[in-house]
Amino acid sequence: MTKLSTILTGLLMSVAVSSVAMAEDLVINFDDPNPAPKEGFEAAVAAFEAAHPDVNVIVNINDREAHKTAIRNFLSANAPDITAWYPGNRMAPFVDAGQFEDISDLWASDSNLSRNFEAIKPTMTRHGKQWGVPYSYYQWGVYYRSDIFEENGIEVPTTWNELLGACDKLKAAGITPFTIGTKFLWTAAGVFDYLNLRTNGYDVHNALTAGEIKYTDDRIKAAFENWETMLDRCSFVANHATMSWQDAIAPFANGEAAMYVMGNFSVAAYKDAGLTEDQIDFFEFPEITPGLPRAEEAPADALFIPSGAKNKEDARKFLAFIAQPEIQGEWNKTIGQLPPNSQAPINKDDKFIVKGFETVSTAAGLAQFYDRDAPAEMAKAGMEGFQEFMIHPDRRDQILERLDKVQERVYK
Amino acid sequence: MQTKHSNGWLRANRQKIAPWVFLAPAMLFFTVYVIAPIFQSMWYSFYAWDGIGEKEWIGWGNYIELFDDDRFYVSLKNNVIWLLLYMLAVPAGLFVALFLNQNVWGMRFYKSMFFFPFVISQVVVGLIFTWFYNPNFGIVAVVWEFFGATPPSILGDERFVTYGIIFAGLWPQVAYCMILYLTGLNNVSTDQIEAGRLDGARGWRMLRYVILPQLWPATFLAIVVTVIGALRSFDMIAIMTQGGPYGSSNVLSYFMFEQALSEYGFRMGYGSSISVILFLIMMVFICYFLWVMYQEDRRG
Repeated sequence: MTKLSTILTGLLMSVAVSSVAMAEDLVINFDDPNPAPKEGFEAAVAAFEAAHPDVNVIVNINDREAHKTAIRNFLSANAPDITAWYPGNRMAPFVDAGQFEDISDLWASDSNLSRNFEAIKPTMTRHGKQWGVPYSYYQWGVYYRSDIFEENGIEVPTTWNELLGACDKLKAAGITPFTIGTKFLWTAAGVFDYLNLRTNGYDVHNALTAGEIKYTDDRIKAAFENWETMLDRCSFVANHATMSWQDAIAPFANGEAAMYVMGNFSVAAYKDAGLTEDQIDFFEFPEITPGLPRAEEAPADALFIPSGAKNKEDARKFLAFIAQPEIQGEWNKTIGQLPPNSQAPINKDDKFIVKGFETVSTAAGLAQFYDRDAPAEMAKAGMEGFQEFMIHPDRRDQILERLDKVQERVYK
Repeated sequence: MQTKHSNGWLRANRQKIAPWVFLAPAMLFFTVYVIAPIFQSMWYSFYAWDGIGEKEWIGWGNYIELFDDDRFYVSLKNNVIWLLLYMLAVPAGLFVALFLNQNVWGMRFYKSMFFFPFVISQVVVGLIFTWFYNPNFGIVAVVWEFFGATPPSILGDERFVTYGIIFAGLWPQVAYCMILYLTGLNNVSTDQIEAGRLDGARGWRMLRYVILPQLWPATFLAIVVTVIGALRSFDMIAIMTQGGPYGSSNVLSYFMFEQALSEYGFRMGYGSSISVILFLIMMVFICYFLWVMYQEDRRG
């Protein structure tokens, strides 16, 4: 594949040189071949080519999992000019190994980038420098069956007690309050992150994922106590350890479960499972500690320039181009997500986007997600611990002590 | 003169040289792709390395961490369970082979049906059993609910998960052992059976003292492939549970993959140290098998 693309690049280069003078190639490795993401990305590329006819864009699209493996090879062996990747701790290994280009100059000189990305800038920053440009992000929260809530006379909960009350009513009606599938672990991290953000706030989330406070800290224990209450009164579907997040949609779609702590990318899957716009809705995870500033999970997807790129000049042009409000608005309208540019228009016809925009734009802080904020090894051990806790809440102390041990080693 | 001389030497020794010439390509690839990586892994196991950054020499650090890692002991314990229970494939394969070793109309069809699970990919076997075990719509759920019981979540419960995967793994492994025994049974000498029958041996005694000794080569082969199969049980776990729930169905091979190559891994040094331990365990068996074969060779 890479060899083929090199050959193609070579061929195209020779053609380009002979026909259009000075045409430069710009190679982009993108990581989502699904119809909507592909369409959104290709539209942005087409717009760039129209604005910069002297640049010849070559696109390689791989699927997400393959991209995660391939990036480790192509960054050193055959670097593209731009690659898709994730901010937060996920970019840390490549930044630290010197494989991503420092683009702080672009963030400083481009007035759009320097002004309209304030909220997301910290997650693109490492060692005080910026390394990529985000093109999309999405909110997390509680997706719920509004029809079931209505049938059982349940109001949308805004506080912890209201949530527990809603769970009581759902259980009395024979409905499991929450669905989840923890086979691939990260879904449990979403629940933990929210309990931690609502119990202790944004700073504790960051301190924990940065290894500055222990898992046996009283504040983290308090979050786990709330989780135990939630497991008890707001039970989750049984057998969640054998289900993926898509499998867990089945009980949600057939009315056995009524709520789902999830990211906005899941909306399309609910609709595919036969649910209509009138049956599903979204609310922010309810307040637990009164008066605590509300922080949200909002993972971003971004584009980076590898330090081995051949055409860094045009790559910078491309990143600045896709950071523009109109481009970000159009792109995210196609893929049903939120544009990180605060001046970008959003799709007013999509109620999840309207609510999601409201949710994240008024948030006091944006977390990336447990497995993007914490280093990979810690994230893996942590998420296994969360899954174990959901099945055996009585093992809490044992799990937290084990996580302390891992933490000590990972952050040494 | 010179060429004639070397030509003459080649000619004189071609009986000795020919095998080496034929072996050379295989030996070259075996060295480059098997032997060398073994030593490379051992070398890496003394480093902390994420695969892209700087390697850092930490001596026995990875091993010290490994022997203090609960997940290592869980994996090791599961490996032992795999080894013990996977051995059931040998007698089960023998039983099926004896059962199928008769001349009935359509026997070829039955034989091929019994051999079928070995032909299909392990990935498919894993998927099929994942669905069987599904407590919501799987066959396990149907059977349990028929008796009015709540179906167990076999792959979601740390107590059952390893056994569930081994059971799935036995299906193709029994087929493999069966085919080994079926070929073995073809070669059982009829003279000896006749002689045994004349001496009044039948049933169990016939099997134990006449048939089984003649099947020893097949048995030995079945044991070897089953031990190897148990130790490298990787694909089933990757497909069915990914080592979960919370690492309780891990085995060393998957644990190594998870640490070195999965999304949350890229600890090449630590992964290498796990693979070195796995290699040492395998070496015990390999040496034993080689010793047995050597002894048999000597006996002639």
